[in-house]
Parts: sequence; structure tokens; C-alpha cells
Amino acid sequence: MSTTETTRGLALPAEAAPHRQGPRPDWVAHAVLLLGVLLFFLPIWIVLMGSTHDAATIGRGEVPLLPGGHALENYRAALEQGGAGVPVGRMLFNSTVMALAIAVGKIAISIISAYAVVFFRFPFRQLAFWSIFITLMLPVEVRIFPTFKVVSDLGLVNTYAGLIIPIIASATATLLFRQFFLTIPDEFVEAAKMDGAGPVRFFLDVVLPLSRTNMAALFVILFVYGWNQYLWPLLVATSADVETIVIGMVKMIGSEANTDWNIVMATCVLALLPPVAVVVLMQRWFVKGLTETEK
Amino acid sequence: MERKVVFRGKALPLALLAPQLLITIVFFFWPAGQAVWFSFLRQDAFGIRSTFVGLENFTDLFADPLYLETIRNTVVFSTGVTVIALATALLLAVLADRQIRGSGAYRTLLIWPYAIAPAVAAVLWIFLFHPQIGLVGRALNGAGIPWDYKLNGNQAMLMVILASAWKQVSYNFIFFLAGLQSIPKSVLEAAAIDGARPAYRFWTITFPLLSPTTFFLLVVNLVYAFFDTFGVIDALTKGGPAKATETLIYRAYVDGRVNLDIGLSSAQSVVLMLVVIALTAIQFRFIERRVHY
Repeated sequence: MSTTETTRGLALPAEAAPHRQGPRPDWVAHAVLLLGVLLFFLPIWIVLMGSTHDAATIGRGEVPLLPGGHALENYRAALEQGGAGVPVGRMLFNSTVMALAIAVGKIAISIISAYAVVFFRFPFRQLAFWSIFITLMLPVEVRIFPTFKVVSDLGLVNTYAGLIIPIIASATATLLFRQFFLTIPDEFVEAAKMDGAGPVRFFLDVVLPLSRTNMAALFVILFVYGWNQYLWPLLVATSADVETIVIGMVKMIGSEANTDWNIVMATCVLALLPPVAVVVLMQRWFVKGLTETEK
Repeated sequence: MERKVVFRGKALPLALLAPQLLITIVFFFWPAGQAVWFSFLRQDAFGIRSTFVGLENFTDLFADPLYLETIRNTVVFSTGVTVIALATALLLAVLADRQIRGSGAYRTLLIWPYAIAPAVAAVLWIFLFHPQIGLVGRALNGAGIPWDYKLNGNQAMLMVILASAWKQVSYNFIFFLAGLQSIPKSVLEAAAIDGARPAYRFWTITFPLLSPTTFFLLVVNLVYAFFDTFGVIDALTKGGPAKATETLIYRAYVDGRVNLDIGLSSAQSVVLMLVVIALTAIQFRFIERRVHY
């Protein structure tokens, strides 16, 4: 029953009925929300506009709020030459590889381990589950140098494998899949067994299709996670071949005196566009997935 | 919770678990164990021999006034980020939850900053608050308010707090909105019929019912402020000026990477590990309790 219906029949004091609060509170709500929206768009707008001006304009401190005429050459300069010797095109490629591999890898590794834990009985099952679970308490930041040493002993420094594999285990994704698998009715498993389907067949034909929504939601969260990695690539990817765009952009600002701010701004736009696009385009799954994953 | 009907076999499940467990052991447990072990060792000046020194790294650490200063910075920073990010998100979520026109559009417009990397958020804030090329920074200096976060420690702290909180608002917003929408409208209607004003309704009904969400976000925001904001600090201030924005995680990085003091850096890793374990334990204990209600 909606608010309006409930209160219409009763003679209420004007203040108490939500629908009769009049235009003023709504107006205030709109104003505050618009201010909030503006607060998030303004920095992006400044960077977007700045990326279409030449270096001198920005260096003089004239923060342009309208588009200029140097968009094409700035973005071309960024993509082909970049700032500190690495073309941003290359960085974009590296970030894409890293984000995709982390998202897909984490989902794949987690879904099969959750399947093993939920649909089988075997020795040390609980121990296996708890060892995965406990990694929640060991974020890469607290074991950074020993982990770096392992990666360097394995000869994986400055490789995609070194960037990706050490952070590809996922307690969060495993927990989410486990939670979901526990809700699959027993009848499904019995029916499959009756039809003579083994665990692999059941996984491919029943579990995988049922998990599509969860996989989509996790993909958004993990793509953003992978794209936005900072401390780990900062240590492990020191060569130009594997530099990611977030790291590359910050390095461009290194020596402030001769920073090409317009190129930094163009790079900044390119660095934030892919993950924002993924979140906006997959918003429906993302919101559902986020609020369910983390609780 | 357990399934009643399961498949038979031992080799297959172990094979399915193998990749995750292998990565967990090689890149999580082994390094974490090493960090704990190294925290009890001290290397000589040439890095050739190391001797067992017990808790000396820890006692040195907590006797170091600079480390205590780092703890203070971390407390100020985390509190600032958490309070600002939670309060802003709650305000926006409460307003977007009301049945006003376009609330769906506001939701879309407020969700996307989730995707922005902390380091990218920091760079965006440079263009707002840089004393020479930033929109607001220049205006402040032009108005006679001396503003330079690269020289003034308090301004630097304010900058990293605001940039970090800015990035976290949309995450909190998503959760607050989901929490608000799960509150039964009949409860609020009943209060409205009793003549409770909107503000009174919020503090006596909505806010208490929202407390599980708020508590969950409190822990998540603290973890974010402790660990994920490394990029913000590295891009904006590199811990400066004069270590004014050096947090625990940044100091651990500097000691390990720049000063190459593995013992001291490992001791800091262990301290940080204890912090995460404590925060995670609090969170799960709380969730456990909520399930029993």
C-alpha cells in the first residue's frame, strides 16, 4: 500500500502526511542531490575540458571550463608518445589485460573451488574452505615484500603472470558462489544423477547457467578491482612493457616543473573511462552483486 | 549449512580446489609466514647475515616517535575519511530514497564514481586544489588565503582525506540506499500517522533500523582508509610534506622499498596484519550475532 493511499482517508495534520509536505522539502532534496552530482562531475569535467587545451593554457593556471581545439592532438600525443616514454596506448593495453585476466581468472578459480566444497565430501574439506576464507585477512598490502620476494624468486617480475597470478585467489568470490550453490535445490542434483549425469555434466549444464547473474555482478566488481590496482603493480611492474595506466599517469606528474598537464589530463580521462563504462553499462547486475557479495 | 545430496569422488574436488589452494599457499600463507618470521630477525649492515632478535623490532618501532606520529596520522586520516564518506553518502541516500521525481536518475548519477581508482581520484583533485593550476587552489590564493598542500602539512592532510572520502561516497551510497529500501514503509507510515515529524522519524526509526548497514560500512571504510588509499597518498603527497601525511601502510612501504630495512618493515606488516584480523573479526562476530536475531 502506498503512502498516499494510507493517509488519504484520515484527517491528518498537514505536517504528518508525507505526501502533503508541499513543494519545499522536495525542492531542498533536489538541490542537495544536484549539488552532490555536481561535486562528482566537476573534477571530471575539468579534466575532460583541460584535455582539449594546449599545455601553455593549463600551465598559466587558466582552468578552462569550455572545450578547446587541441583534443585530437593531445589524445594522439598521449596514446602514441605518452609521458615518461611509455605510450598510453601500451598502458591501456596492459591495464585491459590485467583487469580482464583478474576478473575472469578470479571468477573461474572461485567457482570451481566453491563447487568442490559444496557438492562433494572429501577429507580436509573444511580445512580447504577455511584456508581460502582466511585470506580475507591477508590483503596484499600487509605481506607486500615477502610476496614480492616469492614473485622475484619465481622470475615473474615484469611479467603479466607476476602482475596477475599472486592476486587471483579470491575469498570473496568463493564465498559468494558457495552461498549461492547452497540454495540450489537437492532435486536438481537427484534428477541429474537419475539421468546418469556426472558432476562435470551437472556443473556445465545446470550450475554454470544458473550462476550467470552472479558471474556478471562479480565481473564488474573484479574488473574495477583489477584495473584500479596500485601498490602491487608499482612493485612488480617496473618496466615499460607491463606498466599499467594508473601507475603510468601518476609517474607522468613526477617532475612537476615540466609536466605536460594537458597530456596528464588526457591520460586521466583514458584511465577512468573503461572501468566507469563497465559500471554504468552493467549497473543492474553490479548493484545487486555488490550488496549481496559483501554481506 | 551443508547439502544433503552430493556427488561421489575425491580426486575431482581436490583437482578443482588445487589452483585456488596453490595460489593461496604460495602467495598468501608463505609470504605472510615470512613476514612474521622476518619481524623477529635483524640483518647486519651488509644484508648478509641476520640474527634472531626476538621482539626488538617491535620495541624499536613503538619507541620511535616518528612511528607514533604515523599512528596519529593514520587515526586522523581514517577517522576523517570514514566520517566524511559515511555522512555524505547517508545524506544523499536518504534524499534519493524519498519518492521524488527523478530519484532513479540521481542513483545512476551517483553510482559511477565507484569505478574510479584512488590514484585517479587524487589526480582529479590535483586539478581542483593545485596552488598554481587548480581551480579552487588558485581561487584561494587569489583571495589572499595562502594555500599550498605541498608545503603545509595540515592542508596536505585535508587534501588526502577529501580526495579519499570523495572516492568512497558512492560505495557507501549504494549500500545505504539498499538498506533504506529494505526498511518496511509501514513502520514509517505508522509513525507519520502518529504525528512524528520527518527528522524525528529519521532518528528514532530509520537510523536505528539502518544500523547493521552503518556498522558494516564503518568497518569497510576503515579498511579502505587503512589500505586502499595508498594510491591517493602516493599520487598527491608521497607522505609529505615532512611526513605529515605518512600513514602506517605508506611508512611500511617506504621502510621496505626505500630504506630496505626488511626486519622493521616486516614488523610493521605484522602490526597491520593484526589490525586487519581485528577488523575482520569484529565484522564477522557482528554479522554472526545479527543472524541469531
